[in-house]
Amino acid sequence: MGEALIQLRDVCRSYDMGAEIVHALRGVSLQITRGEYVAIMGPSGSGKSTLMNIIGCLDTPSSGGFILNGKAVSDMDDNELADIRNQEIGFVFQTFNLLARSTAFHNVELPLIYAGIPAWERYEIAVKVLEQVGLADRMTHKPNELSGGQRQRVAVARALVNGPSILLADEPTGNLDTVTGDEIMLLFDKLHHAGNTIILVTHEEAIAQRARRIVRIRDGRIASDESRDAP
Amino acid sequence: MKLKTELAESLRFSWSALMANKMRAILTTLGIVIGVVTVSLMSMAIDGVSKSFLRSISSMGSDILYLEKNPWIDNQEWWKRRGRRDIEMPHVRELNRLIGDRYLLSPYAHQSSSVKYGTESISGIIMEGCSAENAVINGYTFTEGRFFNNNEVDGYRPVCVLGHDAADALFKGGSALGKKVKLNGINYEVIGAMAKRGTFMGFTLDNNVYIPITRLLSDFAWRPNVSIAIKAPDMHNVDEATEEIRGAMRKVRRLEPGQADDFAINKQEVLLNTFNKVTGVIASAGLFITGLALFVGGIGIMNIMFVSVAERTKEIGLRKALGARRRTILMQFLMEALMICLWGGLIGLGLAWCLKPVVNHYIPASISIKTVVIALFIAAATGVISGYIPARRAALMDPVEALRDE
Repeated sequence: MGEALIQLRDVCRSYDMGAEIVHALRGVSLQITRGEYVAIMGPSGSGKSTLMNIIGCLDTPSSGGFILNGKAVSDMDDNELADIRNQEIGFVFQTFNLLARSTAFHNVELPLIYAGIPAWERYEIAVKVLEQVGLADRMTHKPNELSGGQRQRVAVARALVNGPSILLADEPTGNLDTVTGDEIMLLFDKLHHAGNTIILVTHEEAIAQRARRIVRIRDGRIASDESRDAP
Repeated sequence: MKLKTELAESLRFSWSALMANKMRAILTTLGIVIGVVTVSLMSMAIDGVSKSFLRSISSMGSDILYLEKNPWIDNQEWWKRRGRRDIEMPHVRELNRLIGDRYLLSPYAHQSSSVKYGTESISGIIMEGCSAENAVINGYTFTEGRFFNNNEVDGYRPVCVLGHDAADALFKGGSALGKKVKLNGINYEVIGAMAKRGTFMGFTLDNNVYIPITRLLSDFAWRPNVSIAIKAPDMHNVDEATEEIRGAMRKVRRLEPGQADDFAINKQEVLLNTFNKVTGVIASAGLFITGLALFVGGIGIMNIMFVSVAERTKEIGLRKALGARRRTILMQFLMEALMICLWGGLIGLGLAWCLKPVVNHYIPASISIKTVVIALFIAAATGVISGYIPARRAALMDPVEALRDE
């Protein structure tokens, strides 16, 4: 076991819906080590999205502790969370979420802008990352000039550009056909081998099987947590 | 450093938002356009009127007092002035005896007239009757000849001095000296032609014809009333001078101590005050229209910014996920509102520029740097103020909720 990158201790998250209080997470304790490749699975409504939002620092626990890379996230304010997201988390979304009117380059550059990195450095870093996902020649293309797989690769490049601790992918192949979905999963394998920590949120068994560890969520609790050796 | 890169990104953000919705941006900005046009036209008008007025006023000289039957400006009690006695030449002579050693006095009166030489004639000119002192008081200069002297005034001599343009029109550049012209049908001998004097309140002074006041009163005037221009060669204290002249005139008029003045002493200052009041009225009317247009424009901007924020909810969520702070998002949307308004400001200034020739037709108009700065500042301020609430809504969005938006 390496060092613990993510430490969730008895995390609860409930939403006050006025008439009733919805408990999305009812005490989740989870530890993820640097370099791990984890899939989080669960049916819709199981609380897996809530868990992902908390790990991604988009949301904070109602109770319980969350330590990310040695920093206690549970009691950070909005701006501190924004900085943590910028530095520690790389998001990959099901719908890519690229800025439609911006080039691939500008999309990848965005997190660097929020990190306050000057323009010439941004260029170098972004180009390097785009090379990593094999899209250096598509830099000036806008999303609508790219295929679905290419778009998702731009999104992966954007996620990687600030050198985050975690790559957090939410159904990354959900909007792709099987072939391109496979391409993306191969890219994730490669990134995992390169030492990146990857957390994959999915409801597809086949996708989850690519990970080395599968955490299953049901009714806001961890139902099972199994590790496997490399396939 | 961080702020600078964020600012650059905000600019890019707002620029692309604007480019994506050009028509919307232009329509939205209409209120700002109207506001800016009003404010520029108003300041153009005030500037223009002030300039020409102040030029005219300063040509009158602040050290000249005008002793007349009635005050120039009197908003009340006009009925008390009914039946005032005219100021006549004997009054002038007596006044001259009393204060003539310290002040220059020139009685004067105006009459509309026509002037004719051979087949050439000009009608609707102003014929001014005055004494020799008038040339000194107003500092006349001549292209040829001279002004009449007081012997000619007292001797009822039929002599005249032509204004620059009048002389030009009648004699086509040739000499006018010694020629006989007909003023309202009566022969006068030209003894001088004046250099250019320019305009006063938009009226040219160069078509005037000057004759001895005695001739004006005997040949043309309906009644013997005159005004008196008074200038002290060295008048430091206008109030003191006014008092002295008033005392002398009361003596001339044989007024008892309890009796009110039956004459008025006018000065340039009075016109200035009234003028300031008038420009004040123009300014407040303009400001009211501007304010109204900007208010309506501001509401429009706010409305469209709410739309823009709603449209881009998911993008806001994404940007937040990528590490945009509240301040960053706030700035981006404020910048968008600002851009729309500056856009409007520029269009407004452009329109005002196009309207300039029209305004110029009535008053000398110019768009000063000050106007441009004020207009753009007002536009920008409207943008920031009306964009703030929508931008704040965007900045405070919960990233989870925003990302879920479709």
